[in-house]
Amino acid sequence: MKNWLRTTVSASALAVLMAGAPALAQEEMLDPAAKQGGSIVITYKDDVATLDPAIGYDWQNWSMIKSIFDGLMDYKPGTTELRPGLAESYEISEEGQTFTFKLRSGVKFHNGREMTADDVKYSLDRVTNPKTQSPGAGFFGSIKGFDEITAGSTETLSGVTVVDPMTVKIELSRPDATFLHVMALNFASVVPQEAVAEAGADFGKKPVGTGAFKLGEWTIGQRLVFARNEDYWRKGLPYLDQITFEVGQEPIVALLRLQKGEVDVPGDGIPPAKFQEVMADPEQKARVVEGGQLHTGYITMNVEMAPFDKKEVRQAVNMAINKDRVVQIINNRAIPANQPLPPSMPGYDNAYEGYAYDPEKAKAMLAEAGLADGFETELFVMNTDPNPRIAQAIQQDLSAVGIKASIQSLAQANVIAAGGEKDQAPMIWSGGMAWIADFPDPSNFYGPILGCAGAVEGGWNWSWYCNEDLDKMATEADSVTDPAKADERSKMWSEIYGKIMEDAPWVPVFNEQRFTMKSPRMGGADALYVDPVSIPVNYDYVFVTDVQ
Amino acid sequence: MAAYLVRRLLQTALILLGVSVITFALLYLLPADPVRQIAGRSATPETVENIRRQLGLDQPFIVQYWRYLSGLLQGDLGRSYLQRSEVSTLIAARLPASLLLMVGAIGCELLLGLTMGIVAAVRRGSVADQTMMIASFVGVSAPQFVVGLLLLYFFSVRLGWFPIGGYGTWKHMVLPSVALGILGAGWYSRMMRSSMIDVLRQDYVRTARAKGLARGTILFRHALPNAVLPIIAMIGIDIGLFMSGIVVIESVFGWPGIGQLAWQAIQRIDIPIIMGVTLVSACAIVIGNLLADLVTPFIDPRIRLR
Repeated sequence: MKNWLRTTVSASALAVLMAGAPALAQEEMLDPAAKQGGSIVITYKDDVATLDPAIGYDWQNWSMIKSIFDGLMDYKPGTTELRPGLAESYEISEEGQTFTFKLRSGVKFHNGREMTADDVKYSLDRVTNPKTQSPGAGFFGSIKGFDEITAGSTETLSGVTVVDPMTVKIELSRPDATFLHVMALNFASVVPQEAVAEAGADFGKKPVGTGAFKLGEWTIGQRLVFARNEDYWRKGLPYLDQITFEVGQEPIVALLRLQKGEVDVPGDGIPPAKFQEVMADPEQKARVVEGGQLHTGYITMNVEMAPFDKKEVRQAVNMAINKDRVVQIINNRAIPANQPLPPSMPGYDNAYEGYAYDPEKAKAMLAEAGLADGFETELFVMNTDPNPRIAQAIQQDLSAVGIKASIQSLAQANVIAAGGEKDQAPMIWSGGMAWIADFPDPSNFYGPILGCAGAVEGGWNWSWYCNEDLDKMATEADSVTDPAKADERSKMWSEIYGKIMEDAPWVPVFNEQRFTMKSPRMGGADALYVDPVSIPVNYDYVFVTDVQ
Repeated sequence: MAAYLVRRLLQTALILLGVSVITFALLYLLPADPVRQIAGRSATPETVENIRRQLGLDQPFIVQYWRYLSGLLQGDLGRSYLQRSEVSTLIAARLPASLLLMVGAIGCELLLGLTMGIVAAVRRGSVADQTMMIASFVGVSAPQFVVGLLLLYFFSVRLGWFPIGGYGTWKHMVLPSVALGILGAGWYSRMMRSSMIDVLRQDYVRTARAKGLARGTILFRHALPNAVLPIIAMIGIDIGLFMSGIVVIESVFGWPGIGQLAWQAIQRIDIPIIMGVTLVSACAIVIGNLLADLVTPFIDPRIRLR
């Protein structure tokens, strides 16, 4: 796992050496058991807001956009391993600040036009242009010219140049070890300028990409139908002819329909209230796929609010929480956590033991901090099941060491708003709003939620923890762009998170597991159903077994 | 009559203006920040500020409201923050489904409510009467969310008579219509019962009976038309009730109407959609009440509209 960056880069270097051709089928990762054809039905509760890759940032549209569009980089299905996408190969300059991408030839947009380097440049200019209002614009901050385009003084990124129709060069203003991951984000998808111009503000409803599927029909509030892209550049893919997404379906209704064979994958997963029932029934349990995800659930303690300004108090709280019991409350759908990073993330420190559950020691530490009689505080929590129940368990654990926490159960947006104020929320349970990584890199768990950059009005660093030394270390770690030093970089990140745990602004509580259900006719490796990147399912690679 | 109508329509405009001010103010006062919802968690402070400026959300309340109102007067409901399309398009795409559901619910109310009311009145004091009055009481009190799920469970999952949620055929329409109409059916059955009992006591019914008319003729030709009139006037008011009901029912049954749209928008503070749906609902309520008032003089000639 820790070797991911090195392996990817060397594998693609190898592919370049071999001129690509012989290793093609292997690179596409085709499944010999797969059959071509058939259609499936996926359900979601909420409407699909947009399929514009510069804008879509939802649970449901993230993977849909992945199937309609492609970026220069991509991940091997079912893994967090990078592989080239629309780029056939890439070169990184010595100092790690210039990336030259060689594009695949013969890749066609759904409108039939061939994709070129101009489209890559246009797409990056578009996503960073403030007028686009992309929630992902900030990811491209390391590209040269980003500040100018953000300020509105220009409409084009000076760091992105078209060398020839099949080559694009991207210069960075600072070393950024995560840049290849950024180029694999949906926000970096390549879009055709003429289609964007034609659809105007409605491009999100009339998407045109290079992806495995194209949008067929979209009946607002009811369904979207994706049709197979016959000209897809990954030959032999996708397997399915058609995917129908039915929206506005409550998870519990979706589960009932799955049992009747009307639905193939309920996109919102198994409703918590039904989880035990499903797992107790062998027939249903056989159709559940379990996997990890890049998620950590945590309690934040506001270091700007007394008594959480004292490190000892925060450490004591870390010892007071019985994480095993919290995990039981959610029917063991998670594993207890002891550090901010989830276990499948590079930089996760296996040797770190964390704060063991020890209420007696917690009490002693509170007494040492001059709080022998405990204190009163507030715990903010999002008001949907199971979060209030989890908050009650935390409340009990806290009261056992003398801390009287009253629970403030609010709508999601209100909890987020309270966390973004310096003096509003002493403690927040992150459930329902917790961090899920945008890309599999340890830096993604730092900046917005634990770094100084996030400790601002309206930010996501709800503990308001800001350690400038760690910010410096983070910048240093992200400057290590040499793939050969990926291990070293991971270690630097482990050290950063170790130091954070010493200061204890968080209680890491658990890492949620993912449980996807599928109909009996769905085929393909289990990993595709718990794909860490394409959630809930990697649509390009799954297939149905009942086609002729 | 014409003067009355003009006055009422003017009042309607004032009511809608009031609704728009109050809703806009409530959304403005909400502690949650819609820009954070649009910008997402990875946005830089510059992105957030830039979006706030472009949407005009950095302006004072009066300016924001004035902009909204002047758009509204030109028939522009604005653009959804998150769906990034015209609110009028989104509502227009979903309104037919909601209207269809309401028609179904009115049908269910009348069919169930009137039948139960008539039977109860005719068999007054019998076991059937008492059972139906208890049933109507349950129908009025039960939360629609629960009724919806129970209907789904028994008639779709266990018995398999109807599809499990969704939209399209008449079969899809039955359960949500019943779930939405059951509350009104409860009221109607009680109203119908008492109204029918009153009418059956009238002299002209006694005369009809004395003439030796058949029981069915008395009931359906002489008593029913008089007993049913006050209820017809109620239907307009029901449209207002439905507006709150569809938010829940449409979510349970996956019915693609404006209630579902509102519910999703509320969760994500998509202000233009919330405003749009609220105004459309307010319109429906006001028009419903107006219709109810307009119908009354035809039913009871003693009432004059002035």
